[in-house]
Amino acid sequence: MSNRFLTGEELPFCKGCGHTGIAEHTEKALLSLGWSPLDVVLVSDIGCHGIVDRFFTTHTVHGLHGRSIALASGITAGLNDPSKKVVVFLGDGGATIGMQHLIDAAHNNFNMTLVIHNNFLYGMTGGQPSELTPLGFKTPTLPMGASTGGYDICELATAAGANYVVRVMGIGDFSEALSVAFSKSGLSVIEVLEVCPSYGMKANPGMKLRQVAEEAGIEVKVYADRERKAFNPLSLNSGGPLFEPSDCLPVIFSSEIDKPVQIMLAGSAGEGVQAAADFFAQAAVTAGLNVTKKGSYPVTVGVGYSASELIVSPQPIFYTGSPSPDTLIILSGDGLSFARNTASRMTKGEILIDDSLPCPEMAVPVIPIGFRTHAGPRNAAFYALFRYLDHSRIFPAEALKKVIGESKLGEKINLEKLFQLP
Amino acid sequence: MEIVKSSTALIDSSLVITESLVQAGADLFIGYPITPANLLYSYGSRRFPLFLSAPDEITTLQWMTGFAATGKLPVTATSFPGYALMLESINMAYMMELPMVIILVQRLGPATGTATCGAQGDIALLNGMISGGFAIPVMSISDSQDCWEVPAKALQMATTLRTPVILFTSKEEVMTSYSYDISQFTGISPVVRNGYSENKPYKSYQADENLIPAFLPVGNPRHQVRFTASTHDEEGNLQGTSKAGLENSIRIHRKIMQNMASYTYYELDEQKEADTLIVSFGITSRSAHEAVARLRKGGRAISHLVAKTLLPVPPVYYEIASAYKRVIFCEENYTGQYRQIMYGYSSPDNITGVNGFGKMIDPSEIIREVLKDE
Ligand SMILES: Cc1ncc(C[n+]2csc(CCOP(=O)(O)OP(=O)(O)O)c2C)c(N)n1
Ligand code: SF4
Repeated sequence: MSNRFLTGEELPFCKGCGHTGIAEHTEKALLSLGWSPLDVVLVSDIGCHGIVDRFFTTHTVHGLHGRSIALASGITAGLNDPSKKVVVFLGDGGATIGMQHLIDAAHNNFNMTLVIHNNFLYGMTGGQPSELTPLGFKTPTLPMGASTGGYDICELATAAGANYVVRVMGIGDFSEALSVAFSKSGLSVIEVLEVCPSYGMKANPGMKLRQVAEEAGIEVKVYADRERKAFNPLSLNSGGPLFEPSDCLPVIFSSEIDKPVQIMLAGSAGEGVQAAADFFAQAAVTAGLNVTKKGSYPVTVGVGYSASELIVSPQPIFYTGSPSPDTLIILSGDGLSFARNTASRMTKGEILIDDSLPCPEMAVPVIPIGFRTHAGPRNAAFYALFRYLDHSRIFPAEALKKVIGESKLGEKINLEKLFQLP
Repeated sequence: MEIVKSSTALIDSSLVITESLVQAGADLFIGYPITPANLLYSYGSRRFPLFLSAPDEITTLQWMTGFAATGKLPVTATSFPGYALMLESINMAYMMELPMVIILVQRLGPATGTATCGAQGDIALLNGMISGGFAIPVMSISDSQDCWEVPAKALQMATTLRTPVILFTSKEEVMTSYSYDISQFTGISPVVRNGYSENKPYKSYQADENLIPAFLPVGNPRHQVRFTASTHDEEGNLQGTSKAGLENSIRIHRKIMQNMASYTYYELDEQKEADTLIVSFGITSRSAHEAVARLRKGGRAISHLVAKTLLPVPPVYYEIASAYKRVIFCEENYTGQYRQIMYGYSSPDNITGVNGFGKMIDPSEIIREVLKDE
């Protein structure tokens, strides 16, 4: 196979288009660095510059408008091989719509080179302005000239952490500048200023690239040249399974219930509602029951209500909803506000409510109990479930005591004292 | 006290799904957080050989496609807002024919809707998400065994057919803890990956008799590889609307259609005397299951189809449904999306739905619909 990077066919761009020079000098630079075509992956964006990929003899990947940088980031991270070179071709249009990806690639310092074809406009769609279009520059859709100056993509890439950032004038032989950019590790960015004769030149008759750049204060220089660590996708995990036989709970107790029982526990965030419900669910398993458990809490998990729905059943549980529980346990004002709708739907069962709360009028019996006065706010949820078990006998309260006692929490709580009947 | 060792653990389905995908050989998880997919994200970070947190969902899909182009099998999980951002990029991966699994955990919409409420409202979106009306495989999870088996099957399908596969689930499925018998969660072996091994010149999109092109990663030292999302020929070169280009695009759709039979999964629980069929998928299958049990206990014959391969709609579902006087679709969305996909906007009178919005469908609602004329 020839070591040429271009097939030798005539390139597909309009006469005088700056894209031609970039393609040719890219080949020259890669040749001078001794790369072979199959060690190079060219990732191209959508735009005039992107249709060049079929003329390259490298591996080529042609994706979406503005996403080439992110796509190439995945490729270079997937290859994770310094003997491969990933080059990205994109326009000032792609750099505008895909700005996030440029910042991100610089931030992560992915191993690759971005070649930004900056002709100050969108060539492929008819010469509309991009966010790199300089102040005063005219395009077919902007005959009065751009009223805001373009932002400096090199400054942005530098601030975000790219290892090497340079802007060059796409005039004459700039292959040496491309070679330098290609040989850097981490992210290198080379912005090439160039001209689109079909739209740029037509809208700005007699324009001179150097003059446009000078008047707009666009500097041609190296912005960053440093050696921050390049991205390295480390293997993080040793690969242990997420659940194992040692997570299984032994069946020690038994239960007499013959149909499903649904319980809702409603209290305040930070008062152990979810933990208590979890222990309760585990205890039910040790009594040979099937269990489902789900939590409800606002997205701001640290304030407001915290509730849990539990179903325990001697049979397998299919439907996991419990719109009208058999027992509703309310521990706090937050819990009461949250569970009010559920409470008013209940036509059977009972409500156990902390005795500090106003007793709502309901269709079912409401039993006030001093959960908080006996156990304090932190342990009221545990105590309430203990009282519920003692009262309902759906499975032995001993089971709850055992799972808590054997957990880390068991060392901190005096269960003998907590689990006492008045 | 007699102690009986058990194989029951209290775990949630996100754990089971994650473990299934890893044991099936998925290489990495890339994620951007969103409720209710956050458990999958956090287990992904603990369990996958490689985990990357992306800065947004478009990047997620682009990174995944990049990794897939180098031969890796990536997974992500999201919900509608993130999925919407991924749409163009999923079309890209589809057109490039690169494998990946995207877990879509449905929540209540429209828009941001209610993040903490479940739903089944995105099936119509998936049905039309590939421009041109092309088919993309969508697999759904309906019970504990599915949490284990379906993700692994989805990964195998993605790899063999070279396509993104959507694993379709919802909040109530992945965020509820169950007393699971974990002894049922065994027997997954890593997916089989076939690459191009011949020495003849390679064309990136030259398909075999199953319409599947042989895979080679970019960067390989033997053959030039071209991946492209624009209309392209066998070699991966841009084509406009040439015959070779259009034929290749249509092949991608036909590839999915032709091979779906090998990936059609459903459960049919039929009673001979039944004249009514309940159709369900995902979380609503649990309610339907319960409704079926109660109806039968009360002496009412009833049949139940649980659809696991949702899209493209397997032809066998029509065959099954045609044997019944009445068909009832149970789904947690406002308009009956799956029913409409199968029978159109103006479905025949004997095809009805039980729908839910903002809450799970209660088995009693299904029973009411079954018995409504009795
Ligand atoms: C998401 C999306 N939006 C818009 C387009 C239409 N589009 C195609 S190319 C392009 C701009 C190309 O300009 P640039 O990136 O500067 O490249 P050039 O054509 O100048 O080489 C646009 C807007 C698209 N393909 N995709
Ligand atoms: S339209 Fe402009 S950018 Fe596109 S090929 Fe022609 S000169 Fe180049």
